[in-house]
Amino acid sequence: MTRFQSPFVRVCWYLSLAILAVPFVFPFLWMLSGAVKSQTEIFAPTLTLLPETWHWENYAEVFSYQPFARQYFNSLYIACVVTAGTLFISSLAGYALARIRFAGSGLLLLLLISALMMPEEVTIIPNFFLMKWLGLMNTHMPLILLPMFGSQGVMATFLMRQYFTALPPELEEAARMDGLSRFGIFWKVALPLSRPALAAVGIITFLFSWNLFLEPLVFLSDIELFTLPLALSNFTDAYGLPLWHLQMAATSLAVVPILVVYIAAQRQIVESFALSGVKG
Amino acid sequence: MKDTAIRPPLTLRAREALVGWLFVSPITIGFLIFFVGPLVAVLGYSLTEWNLLTQQSTFVGMNNYVDALSRNPEFWTVLRNSLVFAAGLVPLNMVLALTLAVALSRPFRGVVIFRTIFFAPVVTAAVAWAIVWTFLLQGESGAVNQMLALIGIDGPNWLRHPDWAMFAVIVTRVFKTVGLNMILYIAALQSIPRDYEEAARLEGASGWQVFRMITWPLLAPTTLVIMVITVVGSLKVFDHIYLMTEGGPENGTLVLAFYIYEQAFEFFHVGYAAALAVILFLLIVLLTITQVILKQRGGAR
Repeated sequence: MTRFQSPFVRVCWYLSLAILAVPFVFPFLWMLSGAVKSQTEIFAPTLTLLPETWHWENYAEVFSYQPFARQYFNSLYIACVVTAGTLFISSLAGYALARIRFAGSGLLLLLLISALMMPEEVTIIPNFFLMKWLGLMNTHMPLILLPMFGSQGVMATFLMRQYFTALPPELEEAARMDGLSRFGIFWKVALPLSRPALAAVGIITFLFSWNLFLEPLVFLSDIELFTLPLALSNFTDAYGLPLWHLQMAATSLAVVPILVVYIAAQRQIVESFALSGVKG
Repeated sequence: MKDTAIRPPLTLRAREALVGWLFVSPITIGFLIFFVGPLVAVLGYSLTEWNLLTQQSTFVGMNNYVDALSRNPEFWTVLRNSLVFAAGLVPLNMVLALTLAVALSRPFRGVVIFRTIFFAPVVTAAVAWAIVWTFLLQGESGAVNQMLALIGIDGPNWLRHPDWAMFAVIVTRVFKTVGLNMILYIAALQSIPRDYEEAARLEGASGWQVFRMITWPLLAPTTLVIMVITVVGSLKVFDHIYLMTEGGPENGTLVLAFYIYEQAFEFFHVGYAAALAVILFLLIVLLTITQVILKQRGGAR
């Protein structure tokens, strides 16, 4: 524990950190505050965090303005499917790349690594025509397939491979002696041992899918099919001007559950991200 | 007899290879269809022009690239904006990340709370962050300008003012992403043995000297990684621009990733947009190669 030279230093230390923290905390507070203000109070030239009258009905209005519950569910189930699919595919491939010697594995790894940095903007145009050709426009399939097999899936594979490479091979020897097949070893021995890596990849993948914006924007046109990020930007009046009270209420509903989970599992989540950054 | 003596190990190896390819087949097939294929296709598209009426494409050679590089002045505006965005965001992000990391890498009462706070925007959807900041940065009734008014400053309409829009977008984007770099720096700082610093301290080195002569050089590999991630991240910024400024005012925040989207999906200039995507691809390849070279040079030293 750092000890401060004097009370003055201590006060300065905490004060400067608190000032630095303002642009990171205030947006969340102002969002929650705007969510329960009336439309007129939002435009009032007074800087008050607590509203004059609490307009909890803003939250109800969010759900009548557009099919917000449905959109919420869309985001949730897509993120779950993408996470489960990515975990399976990436651990399978990561295991093979780390543990099984086969011709072409080095080349494949190199190919995958070269894609790590590539943004989806580069391939979005051909993918648009591909999805159109496959008849998958205005469905959730592109939002599931592209993260799983694009740079996000590649990164997951790479992270899993790193983890399996570091796993001591002796652990598998015993299982092989017992006559377990490769898949058996992977499923019954390697996978249970890789829980920390699976958790990290799962967390990053879930958030990636949950926050995805370009793909929903390009592939979805039916409001019932929207995901949260797309729905959030959609609370406007007849002139296309934002209805801030609804916008803030909807954004709160989307952000707060994630923040609660984040605060509860802060350590685990931060470590997952640290792991993904070290890959470079 | 000899034959069967050799065969078992061979088939075993063949079986291993088969199992290996079976394991990697889902990601490989998907990757070929949804990444490699499109990457090749975008090159092809960039050599064609798409006719909306006839729904047909014609081969136009390098025409789209010529359009971008010499006929369409918009392209140079876009490229300049992207560079300004990166040149503003990357140093600001890295300096702030390192400052926060140095401050928060050692335990003191409340350190976890501060780390949690600075990292919170990273787990928040970029869309949500952009929307809330658009709300904060409005002209007169925006909270930021109301705060500035308290200390007697008349703030501009940040996102609609040609001189301020880019600045506002950069700064809010830094707040969104700086936590990740901070965490990477903290991890690197904590892996530096404390003995180094203590030894230098015994020799009479000041805090700044320790940082300058010991910590900073040891952080170099991390700094390189962070720099590449941040530069690439700044080149692909899309949602912030889409939601906060839509490339305006007066194309002042029109950056490459947003321009690609706009040209392809709003104006349907498919061939031209594909050429832009290829240019973005080349920029990123160039950055990646630079990183590898820098890394090797650092390793040789």
